[in-house]
Amino acid sequence: MYKKQKCVAMLLAGGQGSRLYALTEKTAKPAVPFGGKYRIIDFPLSNCINSQIYTVGVLTQYQPLVLNEYIGNGQPWDLDKMQSGVMVLPPYQAKEGADWYKGTANAIYQNLNFINRYDPDNVLILSGDHIYKMDYAKMIDAHEKNGADCTIAVLEVTLEEASRFGIMNTDENLKIIEFEEKPAHPKSTKASMGIYVFKRDVLEKYLVEDENDPDSVNDFGKNIIPKMLADGCTMYAYPFEGYWKDVGTIASLWEANMDLLGENPNFRIKDASWRIFSRNQPLPPHFIAASSQISNSLITEGCVIEGTVENSILFAGVKVEQGAVIRDSVIMSDVTVSKGAVVQYSIIDSDCKIGAGAIVGRSKDECDEVTVVGAGNTIAPGEDVRGGSMLSAK
Amino acid sequence: MSSAAGFIFSNIHDGNIAELTKLRTIASVPFGCRYRFIDFALSNMVNSDIYNVNVITQHNYHSLMDHIGSGKDWDLARRSGGVKILPPNITAYAGSSGHMGYASRLEALKSTYYSLSRVSEDYIILSDCDVICNIDLNDILKYHISKDADMTFAVKKMEMTRETARNNTIYYSDADGRITDVLAYPQNFEGEADICLNIIVAKTGYLQQAVLDAIAHNYTSLNRDIIAKNFSHDNFRVYRYDGIFGVISSLADYFEMSMKLISSPEVRDQLFNVRNRPVYTKVRNSVPTYYAANSKVNDSLIADGCDIHGTVENSILFRGVKVGKGAVVKNSILMQDTIVGSNASLNCVISDKNTVIRDGRVLSGAEEAPYYIVKGKMI
Repeated sequence: MYKKQKCVAMLLAGGQGSRLYALTEKTAKPAVPFGGKYRIIDFPLSNCINSQIYTVGVLTQYQPLVLNEYIGNGQPWDLDKMQSGVMVLPPYQAKEGADWYKGTANAIYQNLNFINRYDPDNVLILSGDHIYKMDYAKMIDAHEKNGADCTIAVLEVTLEEASRFGIMNTDENLKIIEFEEKPAHPKSTKASMGIYVFKRDVLEKYLVEDENDPDSVNDFGKNIIPKMLADGCTMYAYPFEGYWKDVGTIASLWEANMDLLGENPNFRIKDASWRIFSRNQPLPPHFIAASSQISNSLITEGCVIEGTVENSILFAGVKVEQGAVIRDSVIMSDVTVSKGAVVQYSIIDSDCKIGAGAIVGRSKDECDEVTVVGAGNTIAPGEDVRGGSMLSAK
Repeated sequence: MSSAAGFIFSNIHDGNIAELTKLRTIASVPFGCRYRFIDFALSNMVNSDIYNVNVITQHNYHSLMDHIGSGKDWDLARRSGGVKILPPNITAYAGSSGHMGYASRLEALKSTYYSLSRVSEDYIILSDCDVICNIDLNDILKYHISKDADMTFAVKKMEMTRETARNNTIYYSDADGRITDVLAYPQNFEGEADICLNIIVAKTGYLQQAVLDAIAHNYTSLNRDIIAKNFSHDNFRVYRYDGIFGVISSLADYFEMSMKLISSPEVRDQLFNVRNRPVYTKVRNSVPTYYAANSKVNDSLIADGCDIHGTVENSILFRGVKVGKGAVVKNSILMQDTIVGSNASLNCVISDKNTVIRDGRVLSGAEEAPYYIVKGKMI
C-alpha cells in the first residue's frame, strides 16, 4: 500500500533541447548547468519540495546518464522518502510492445500506473526547462477552489512576445474560454508556462482517449488542452507573477545567467524563504589571489582566481590564471583559462582547457552572438575562436 | 582492505582554545571557510574505507550533533556502522577524581567501554580533532599490521622549543621504529623530536584489554599508565608522517594555521586537493558568492554564500559573510554569517558566527593576539 498523496508532480525531462546545440549533445536539457552551482532541474525540484510536494516522477528519455546520476535518490532535495520521493521514469518495454515517449501526453499516459499508486487528487505537470521560483501549492489551492478540471499557469507577456507562446483567452474570472497556439494576432497576453494542474480522473480519461486517437501527436498543448476546452471542461488560468525564463536557447540561457548578477538582480537566487537545492561536490573554498580583479560576478567552491573576472558566472573548480580575462561569460565546472587568454561573451561548458593567450569570443559590441565551447574542448595556446562560434562537445 | 573501526575524541584539549570552545566542542570549531575540525578526522576515516566511526563527546556537543546530523554528508548514514555519537556515559568507571567528566583519552575510552567492547573489526583507529591533516589511514594500518604492533602512533619529526614542546607528546624510538620512551607534555624539552599527531592505531583486542586493565587499576593516562609502563614488553611503534599538518593548541595557532591556508599553496593542496581524498563537510546549499562591481579582494579564501561589496585582503570568509560598501577587512577570519557594516575596518580579527560589526567601526588585534568577537555579538 502506498500512502495517498494530495498531488503527484510529473516532470517532463526527456526533451533534447536541440536549440542548446553543443550544451545538450551529451546531456538532457534539464541537466544543463546553471547559475554557478545548479542545473536547470534544480528549480522545479526545489519548487516542489518548497511547495510540500513530495512525490515527483521525472520522465527521462534523451541522453539520461548525467540526469539520472544527478537526481540519484533525490537526497539533495529531501526527496529520498520511504514511500514516495523522486522516481526516474524512463520509457519501458511492456507486454504489448515497447514505445519511446511519443509526446508529452503519451509520456504521462505510459506512467499512469505510477501516478495511480498514490491515489492523488491532482496531478501537476511540469517541464524541466524553466528558471523560476513558484509556489505550486498556491496554484493547486486556486485549482481546487475553482473546482477546475485543469488549471494552467500563465504569465503576462508583451503583445509582441505573445505570438511565440500558447495564449489563453479568459473571462474576467480567469476562466479559459479559448486557447491559441502561437497566434499571429493574439487576443490576450496570458502565455502558458507549460505548468498544468489536472484533476487526476479527468487527466486519466483524456490521456486514454488521446492514446486511442490515431491522429493525435500526444501533446498537451496541441491535443489535450484543445480537446478539453472543446468538451467544455472547467479550465482556469492561474496568473504567475515573478521571474520566469525559458532557457531553451543559447541566448536565453546566457541572459538567465546574467539575470543573477547585479546589486539588485532580476532573479534573486539568495532567498532564505525559497531555497534552491542542488547536489554538492566536496570542494574547498575558492581562492582569490593578489593578482586578481573581480567585479559583478558569482564565484563558487573550488575556483582559483588569479586573473580578471567581470560580469561573469564561474562554476566549481574553474581556474583563471594570471593575466587571463573573463568578461560577460558563463564558465562551467573545471575549466582552466590559462595565462593571458581572453574569454568574452561566451558559454564554456565543463572540462575545457583554454590555452595561454587564446581568444574566445568577442565583446558584445563586436559580435551579437554568444560563443559556445562544448564540454571537454582544448583550445590551443594563441588560438582564436571567433565570436558566435559553436564548438561541439568532445 | 580496511577492517578498522574509528573512535574520535571530540572534547580532548577543549581548553586550549577556550575562546572558540566556550559554546562548542573542539571538534566543532569552524576552520577553513566551510569546515569544522572534525571534518578532517571524519574524512580521513571514510577516505580510508572506515565506515564504523564513534564520536565520543562529553559536553557542549550541541553544535557537534547539529553538524554531523545523520552523517550522510560523509557517507556515514549507514545500516551497519556509520557514525555514532557516544554522549557521556556516566558509570562507575568514568572520571577519576570525583567529577563526572573525563580529561584524557583513556578516561573517555573507559567511559565508553561498552561500545569499545562491541567492536568486531580487527583494528581500532583513535583520532583527536585538533590536528588538521589529510592522511591515508590505510598506510598507517598497513605499517601497523606489517610490524605486528600492539599500538602504532603517527608522529612527525619537528624542531621543538620549550614553549611548543609543552603542548605535545614526544616519542623516542629505535632504528626500527619501536617506541623506547614517551614524554607527555614535557616542561623542559628543546630540540628535534617525533611529536604525536594524536592518530593512533591499535589491535582491537589489545586496546580492549588495556582499557579493562585501566578500569581495574584506575589508570587515567594512555601515555603514562599504558605506554610508559609497557613499552619494554609490548610492541608500540611510531609511524612517520611527512605530509602537512597543523596542531591547534591556542588561538594564535588557530590564527596562524588559518593564515597558512592563504599564504601556502602547498598547505592548501595537501589539505584540500588530494586526489581521491576530498574533505567532506555539512552541506549548506549556499548560493555562489557575489563580488560587487566595487569589491576588491586579494589573497583570500572565500566560501559560498558571501556578499562582498568592500575590500578583503589576506582573510578567510566563511559561508554567508557580508562585507558592506567601503568596509576594509584585513588579516581576519570571519565565521559564518558575520556582517561587516559599511566603512567598517577590521585587522587581525576573528569573528565568531552571527556577529555584526556596525557601520564605521574600527577593530584591530595583532597576529599573536587576534581580536576575538564572541558568537552572536553586535559591536
